[in-house]
Amino acid sequence: MAQSPAHGSDHHDHHAAGHHDPQDIKLLGFWIFLVTDVILFSTLFATFIVLRNNTNGFEGGADLFNMTGVIAETFLLLTSSFTSGLAVLAMHQNKVKPMIIWLVITGLLGAGFLALELTEFVELVHEGATLQTSAFWSAFFTLVGTHGVHVTIGIGWMISIIIQIVRRGLNADTKGKVTVFSLYWHFLDAVWIFLLSIVYLMEVM
Amino acid sequence: MLENIKEFASEFFVTGDPLIYGADVSIVLATLGIVFVLTYFKKWGWLWRNWITTVDHKKIGIMYILAAIVMLFRGGVDAVMMRTQLAFPDLNFLEPEHYNQIFTTHGVVMIFFMAMPLMFGLFNIVVPLQIGARDVAFPYLNSLSFWLFFAGAMLFNLSFVIGGSPDAGWLAYPPLSGSQFNPGVGQNFYIWGIQISGIGSLASGINFIVTILKMRAPGMTMMKMPMFTWSVFAASTTIIFAFPILTITLLLLFMDRFFGAHFFTLDGGGNPMMYINLIWMWGHPEVYIVVLPAFGVFSETVATFARKRLFGYASMVFAMVIISIISFFTWAHHFFTMGSGANVNAFFAVTTMIIAIPTGVKIFNWLFTMYKGRITFPTPMMWTIAFIPAFVVGGMTGVMLSVAPADFQFHNSYFLIAHFHQVLIGGVVFGYFAGLYYWWPKMFGFKLNEYLGKWAFWLWNIGFYVCFMPQYLVGLDGMTRRISVFSDPNWVGLNVVSTIGAYIMGLAFLFQVAQIGYSIFRHEKDTTGDIWDARTLEWSMPSPAPEYNFAVIPQVHGRDEWWEEKERRRRGEKPWQLGPIEPIHMPKNSAIPAIMAICWFVLGFGLVFHWLWMAIPGLIGVFICLYARSFSAHKAEYYIPVEEIERTEATLRGGAV
Repeated sequence: MAQSPAHGSDHHDHHAAGHHDPQDIKLLGFWIFLVTDVILFSTLFATFIVLRNNTNGFEGGADLFNMTGVIAETFLLLTSSFTSGLAVLAMHQNKVKPMIIWLVITGLLGAGFLALELTEFVELVHEGATLQTSAFWSAFFTLVGTHGVHVTIGIGWMISIIIQIVRRGLNADTKGKVTVFSLYWHFLDAVWIFLLSIVYLMEVM
Repeated sequence: MLENIKEFASEFFVTGDPLIYGADVSIVLATLGIVFVLTYFKKWGWLWRNWITTVDHKKIGIMYILAAIVMLFRGGVDAVMMRTQLAFPDLNFLEPEHYNQIFTTHGVVMIFFMAMPLMFGLFNIVVPLQIGARDVAFPYLNSLSFWLFFAGAMLFNLSFVIGGSPDAGWLAYPPLSGSQFNPGVGQNFYIWGIQISGIGSLASGINFIVTILKMRAPGMTMMKMPMFTWSVFAASTTIIFAFPILTITLLLLFMDRFFGAHFFTLDGGGNPMMYINLIWMWGHPEVYIVVLPAFGVFSETVATFARKRLFGYASMVFAMVIISIISFFTWAHHFFTMGSGANVNAFFAVTTMIIAIPTGVKIFNWLFTMYKGRITFPTPMMWTIAFIPAFVVGGMTGVMLSVAPADFQFHNSYFLIAHFHQVLIGGVVFGYFAGLYYWWPKMFGFKLNEYLGKWAFWLWNIGFYVCFMPQYLVGLDGMTRRISVFSDPNWVGLNVVSTIGAYIMGLAFLFQVAQIGYSIFRHEKDTTGDIWDARTLEWSMPSPAPEYNFAVIPQVHGRDEWWEEKERRRRGEKPWQLGPIEPIHMPKNSAIPAIMAICWFVLGFGLVFHWLWMAIPGLIGVFICLYARSFSAHKAEYYIPVEEIERTEATLRGGAV
């Protein structure tokens, strides 16, 4: 039992021979970070699901959600995930300018998503649904808001990466940054799919 | 104006208790003393260059351990004060409010700010050396982890003199910890002290997983790793799955307290039981997080001092992996009395019993390792041997507690207190002490005094049994935890004995401090780097290790590579063929982690007092630090030239490379 996996990786380790590829290490580190972020969101989802019927006599999501806005948000974010993929494709072909353009488009779509989300929040607050209204709305704003904060941080992060690429050009280091950023961005997209299904669609269905 | 300042100060500072005034004075004096010594001996630059900005895993490890020892003192003083109050019926040594604060801070300090940093200290010192690496995967992040822990610990401890300590128990169950019943700032200190250090722990978990997966010496497959490294891997994996739950749980409690949300409140549809589930989904894995590395330590010491290969390597690995998985499925045994129904309780009772099995496997493996070994008994081995009966009894009472119907009787009694102190002291503390004594020569280049160490050992052990055995009995007699006074005359004798035990352990701690102090001046130097004649790679290099660890990374062929190498040399075979020395790639020191931790501290302090004018600049500071690092990371590396490595090696090894 102990011996069989040993042989396979023995061979691989000879190749590494003390020279560890820093980009490889960063990428693995980031994947593991994403695992922690999955747990983070899972906890919030679990909380939301437990508290979803605790509306404290106030209107719930089915009454107040504006699904047109939510569909538009979904469209913007999913498209931005696609464009960030295009940016990575351009990066692999060493096309700096198209890559930056795709990244900027990704950021703008993300910002559009945020603007719609904030509008949605403001409308909800005007209807009387706030963090303090009921357990349902506390859980809603915290879960959706945590995703929104992730998107905001992602945009700020991307701006810093663009500046660095403009200054230093594409190299192993900056390429690694773009790769890791696009992982993060796709991840936020995946989280949104769950948000859309569990928070919005299951509420209004 | 003056009136306003006076009023503010009387709210801001904790007043009215002579113990706290004493603490105020000693904090001010200690701070002044440190500032004076650093200035007088012109050590500020040394402190900054060698410690505050360091990214060297060995130095970070030492800082973790120093902080943990200070926190052990604070948590221990809390414990002794509690036992003093409970020595006799109807004592008035501590007011009930003060007693509540002390049992809360005792638990928080011991778990978050003593056990965790001691654990990370050992991770840092040992893992890279054991796997033949030059550092951890992310040295900068490692430094950040330490400083976040430190900022969190300072923020939490500040509550003692500023604002008031938390008093809702070490896990802060709502609704008691909510703003309705706990309007002061104490619980805010709790939330932010733990949150900030918890982010550091999470980062360390990621760091060590990547280090172990990616940085091992060539030839060291997973199943050839030293057992301590395996335990770190198992604990780190548990950390990355458990700590995000804690982060969110504390965030939700913060939302309730700061924004008036209704997650865990009694009104507005909140559900306090949700918190108890969430906190134990982190909390139960947490106890395995701290005990797994202790198991790793024992696996190293037992093999070294029995002069035998570890018995049942593969079963040890499987046991550890299984423990870290099942640890996520036992959480509800902390509240069988909640009323989740018979089926739920049955499930968690069974998982709790199952998790005892791999632990039992490990105990037998250690015993079989010792069987027919040529055992020597220096202090690390004494702690290892003392651990076995302590942990077996603690484990047995744990299985008793896992029987759900019986638990309705044991729940929240001193029986439970005795049980978890037995596994946490007998398992975790004994384990970390064994590790600390074992690797101390590797850290500092000298051995700790064995004579004082044996005094400390016996006092700890005697004190431990004298303190906790009576608590099992008084618990079965019906004494519940967290009571500040008792009046039942039947409990007097057992409580007196228990208090005597606590004082003996306090004395044992003083012996350890004396041991360290004495050994700094008079000690046996570790000239070979292998003072215990041990088995793993960290003993193949000089003590303390040079900053780059291995001048040349060795090629690993089997388990216990260093022992095998010594055997080869004893047989007169060809020793290791190490390649030529090449320039070594090293990370540069960085001030950003310490500065970012200060920003987190400012952010946390502002949120504790609802001072947004303070919190927002703190948050902005955090982001500025992130940006500064992102823009400068590629410049934060350098190479040590070959001549310098050769010079260092020649001095350390006395000419023979």
